[in-house]
Parts: sequence; C-alpha cells; structure tokens
Amino acid sequence: MSSITETTPAPASVRRYRDYDQPLWKRVLLTREMAIIALLVVVVIIATMTIRGFGQPITLTYLILDVTPILLIALPMTLIMITGEIDLSVASVVGLSSVVTGVLINGGVPFEIAAVVALLVGGIGGAINGFLVTVVGLPSLAVTIGTLALFRGLAVGLLGTTAVTDFPEFWTDLAKAKLGATSIPLAIIPFLVLLAIFAVLLHFTPFGRGIYAIGLSKETAAFSGVDVGRTKFILFVLAGLVSALAGIYYTLRFGSARGDNATGMELQVIAAVVLGGVSVFGGRGALHGVIAGVLLIGVLASALRLANVTSDVINIITGALLVISVVSSSLLAWLRTQRQTPAVKPSAESGAAG
Amino acid sequence: MLFHKKTRVAALAALAVSVALVATGCAAGDSGSGGGEGEGDGGNLSITFLPKNLGNPYFDTSNAGGEEAIEEFGGTFAEVGPAEATPDGQVSYINTLTQQGVGAIAVSANDPKAICDALNEARDAGVKVVTFDSDTNADCRDLFVNQADSEGIAKVQVDLIAEQIGGAGEIAVLSASANATNQNAWIELMKEELAASHPDIELVEVVYGDDDDQTSFDKTAALLQTHPNLKGIVSPTTVGIAAAARYLQTSEYKGAVALTGLGTPNQMREYVEDGTVTAFALWNPADLGYLAAFASKALIEGDITGAEGDTFEAGKLGEYTVGADGVVLLGDPYVFDAENIGDFDF
Repeated sequence: MSSITETTPAPASVRRYRDYDQPLWKRVLLTREMAIIALLVVVVIIATMTIRGFGQPITLTYLILDVTPILLIALPMTLIMITGEIDLSVASVVGLSSVVTGVLINGGVPFEIAAVVALLVGGIGGAINGFLVTVVGLPSLAVTIGTLALFRGLAVGLLGTTAVTDFPEFWTDLAKAKLGATSIPLAIIPFLVLLAIFAVLLHFTPFGRGIYAIGLSKETAAFSGVDVGRTKFILFVLAGLVSALAGIYYTLRFGSARGDNATGMELQVIAAVVLGGVSVFGGRGALHGVIAGVLLIGVLASALRLANVTSDVINIITGALLVISVVSSSLLAWLRTQRQTPAVKPSAESGAAG
Repeated sequence: MLFHKKTRVAALAALAVSVALVATGCAAGDSGSGGGEGEGDGGNLSITFLPKNLGNPYFDTSNAGGEEAIEEFGGTFAEVGPAEATPDGQVSYINTLTQQGVGAIAVSANDPKAICDALNEARDAGVKVVTFDSDTNADCRDLFVNQADSEGIAKVQVDLIAEQIGGAGEIAVLSASANATNQNAWIELMKEELAASHPDIELVEVVYGDDDDQTSFDKTAALLQTHPNLKGIVSPTTVGIAAAARYLQTSEYKGAVALTGLGTPNQMREYVEDGTVTAFALWNPADLGYLAAFASKALIEGDITGAEGDTFEAGKLGEYTVGADGVVLLGDPYVFDAENIGDFDF
C-alpha cells in the first residue's frame, strides 16, 4: 500500500520546522511525560478495582510517606541529569545528614540547630561534588561514585553500628502528621514548596534555559553566554542541600539515625527520573514527568505488596518497566523519523494521485 | 527497502509487546496465588511472617517452622519481606499488612526503634505483633519469642566443653570483638558456671577474632602455640567457630583439641562429619518460628494478652509461660552433633 511512496524528492522550497509540524494538542499530549502520567492513571485505576485494600485513603498516606524522600531528591537530580551529569552520592548524603543529626542530638544540641548543621553538611558535600566536577573537570559519574563511598563511610564511621533514637516527639510527630482531617501527610508541604521553586527555576528562568542548553551542547551553551561551570556547581550544591533535607525527614519518620539509612536510594531516584522521561544524555526532560515516574514506581510497589507479590518480583517488574520505557521512547523517536521523511513526500504525490 | 524497514519495526514492536506481556503475566500470576493466602476469614488466623530479609536460609528455616505450626491449627500462613535487611523496607511491609488487616505479624526486627511506629499503627488497627529472633523496644509489640537467654547459652557451652575434655584441663575462648556486649556477658556467665560446676577446668585466655574469618583463624593458631597443654576451645560466635574448625581440621591438633561453641549447621557440617568437632550449640530456628506462630494464635484468640504469667499451648513444644516484659523463652539451646546435623539446612 505504501509502495507509492517511492517518489520524487519534495520541492526544495518546502521547509518545515519540526516543532510546528504538529498541532498544539499533539505537542502537549503526545509526549513521554504524558505517556507516564497516563500509565500512572491506568495503574491506579486497575489497582483500585482489583486489589483489595488499595482503594483506601490510608494507601495514599503510606505512599506519600514512602516516596517523599525520593520525590525531594528527584527535583535536583532532574536538573543535574538534564545538564548531562549525574549525582550518585545523594543517598549517602541522606545517610550522612541523618547521622550528623543523630550525633548532635546525642551531644545535647537542640534539634533545630542539629538540622541546620546537617543541611550545611549536605551543602558542603554537594559543593565538594561540584568543585571536583566543574573546577577540577572530572566526570561526575566517577566523582560521585567516589563521594558515594566517602559520605557513606563517614556516616557509618561516625555512629558505628549503633543508632540514635531519641528525637523530640514534636518533630517526629510532625513528620508523620496529616493535613487536617485528610489522609495527606504534612510532609507533602515542603515538597510542594520545593517543587514550585524548582519548576520555576527549570522551566521559567534563563538559568533553567541554560540547563537545557548545557545538556544539548556544552560548547554552544558556553558560547551563548551560559556560565556552564557555575550552573553545574549550583546544581550539585542544591542536590546536596535537598538530599540532606530528605535525610532529616527520613530520620524523623523512622525515629532512627543510622549510618546505613537510605542505602541504595540513589538508584531508586535515578530510575524514577529516567522513567519520567529525562534523557541520561541530557537536554531533555520535564519535572511533571519525573513526579509521575516517582509516583508510578511507588504506586506499583504499593499495589504489588498488597497483592502479596514478593519484593524480588516487584524489582523485576520495576526494572522491566524501566527498560521498556527507555526502549519504547527511542523506538517511537525512530518510528517518527521514519514516518516523517516520507510524510513530506507523499503530500505532493498523493495530491497528484488523488 | 522500505518493506524491509517495516518488518524491522514490526519485529521490534512485537518484541516490546511480548516483553510487556511477560512482565504483566508474571505480576498477574503472582498476585492471583498470593491474594488467596492473605484472605483468612474464619477467626482471622492469618499470620504473616516478616523476616529481616528474604532469601536468608536462617529465616527460611524459621518460617518453615511457622508454616508447619499454622497448618497444624488451620490458619493461613504468608511470608513477605524486603530483599535487603533494612528497617525502611520492613516498614513498607508492616504498613501493607496493616492495610490488609492480617491477624498477626511475626517479625524479626531490623531496627529496634525504626519499625516501632509502623508496628504500633498495626496494633491500633487490631493486628497482633509478635517479634522473634530480634526484638523491638518492648512497647512496640505484644510478645517477644526469645531464642535463648544468656544463662542458657553460657551453660550449654560449658557443659559441652566439659564433656568433650573429660571435665579437667586448660581451655580458651575465641570471641568476636572485645567490646561486643552479648559476647562479654556470655563469657562472664561461662566463668561463673566453670567456677561453680567445673573447678578443674581452667580458662587460660580469651582472644578476639573480631568476627573476621582470617583474624579468627590466626588467633586460633596463636592460641595453640602459646598454650601447648590446651585441651579445648569455646567460640561463642559463628564466624569464630568455623574459622577455628578450619584451622584444627588441617593441623596436628585435630581430634586432640576439642572445639565447641555457637555455630550454624551449614558452616559446621563438614567439621562434624570428619570428627574435628563433636558437638556445638545454637537454637533451632524451626522451633523458633513454630513457637512464634503458636504465640500469635494465642494472642489472636485472646487466650493471652502478653502479660507476665500468661500460659499457652504450643503444639509439640508443650506449654509456655510469658515472662517479664512480654518475653517467651524458647528453651535451652539446641545441640547439633553428627546424629542430627543432616536434618538442618541453614
């Protein structure tokens, strides 16, 4: 049927710009982000209908409590990955800030001061990453693998195998409190505030445009007046600060500061960010997709646990989903280019044929 | 050319779809079989075991014991747990079990405090909580099934070594680290027991292998060189006893120097079978799971509340009494020897 596409080339005068190739609704709806959001909605609907106990308000409470640290860290991680870099040390910063809080509380320091110091430690950790990446010029993958081990080592070294468990009840209760009579935990508020800040920063400021520009081409960005080094440095410091905040939340939620807190969480964060449509090569991605990606993994895990699926199978499903999503997005992109090249040609041809 | 490209697209699409089908099929199959298990209706004797992590032979054994007990009294057994032994992983599962409204959770805690709030939420929702193997703070659970108490552990090791060396001679202890609280408590109790019951046995040295295989191995060699009259070694740590057995097996002291302590059957099997070690002790995890299941049943049915002095029947293990702080003691440690080691796999 499509054999007629073997035709003469399009007239040279027809110039098309890809962005305006399609109507607005297509550009908004037919995106990777919307696909993940749609998948999230489908999974929620199916789980509510088929899994006993999923459609309760308490599910939402537990879900949000569980994913809040991942949601928080996913914000700066998205920005870092859009520049084409990566930060693998975030979970170790969570552990370190948790331990710093615990050690200071043990030493009689009020919680508020301990938390501020923990945030500072996170910021310094991020600055070390940023310095090594931007000033020394090392690849972020290598740097943050190193600091992943370094920060975790410091955390475990500071507390050993003991755990600090005496935190002010006011704060631990606050970490688990709900908004009024709803089933939504209070912990969502700091996240929403940070989400607003990061969304504006990424999508509505010159700084954010610079982030995309760096991801697409570092050299072009630099020649266009983007301070590549400063941008990346700021992003790594932000990642350290937000990870430290997540660490304080984690400590309060479980009421326990341990060196091995949040081990392996960096992979959960990166998996969610990639699932949410951020390219590991940089240059593309959006926060709404990432939020959907985090929630999708959280909802799937919660639903499957309720269905008595073992943790290994949950990991297999999450992993398969990630691979499929990455494969399908490159497949779709390839399909589009395949269709688009001939799509220009038959428009001239079909007019002649029909 | 174009046709060729289309088949490639079709092939890729088919591949993607089949992968997706396999993934979802997998999920559907598991949820189908698992969902049935969770729904205990009659009296809600659905008891879920939540070990520190899955795929751990020790907990496979204890959960099998729990399953055996639950089959005996006609409840529903289920087993869930995180892949890694982390407290936050356990919290997610405790929350899930609360939502499912199971009758009881039998949990081995990864952290005494971190899972507390989740457990208390479960208890507020009417779920009974029994800890086994590793306890939480006492206010977070109804009962703790304790595998062994310090006195029992110290006494069984002294009895074993006394029997193996004929009640007289020099012995040494190969411990874990110098500041390990439980090890030091056991060693103190062993000294008291030796003084009280076996005055002819002299404890000449306590060495520390830091629960490291190579260090323990080297310390064993050094012990035997410094004390030529040594007749026995007690190692109350699983790493130490295995390393010491490996040294003895290939040395001239095999058979001449007795070795006992706390070990696991899988580690010690070859040394027991070739005669390097006659007998060693630990608790029986299968009995531990069995008792935890019966304790859960007694709580669900309201026979006990977890108060001190409550008594309940635990099938083949007999009657148990709840001690102070809601602790139920499994009993004396279990002695493994050439006769029974083949029955265990953990």
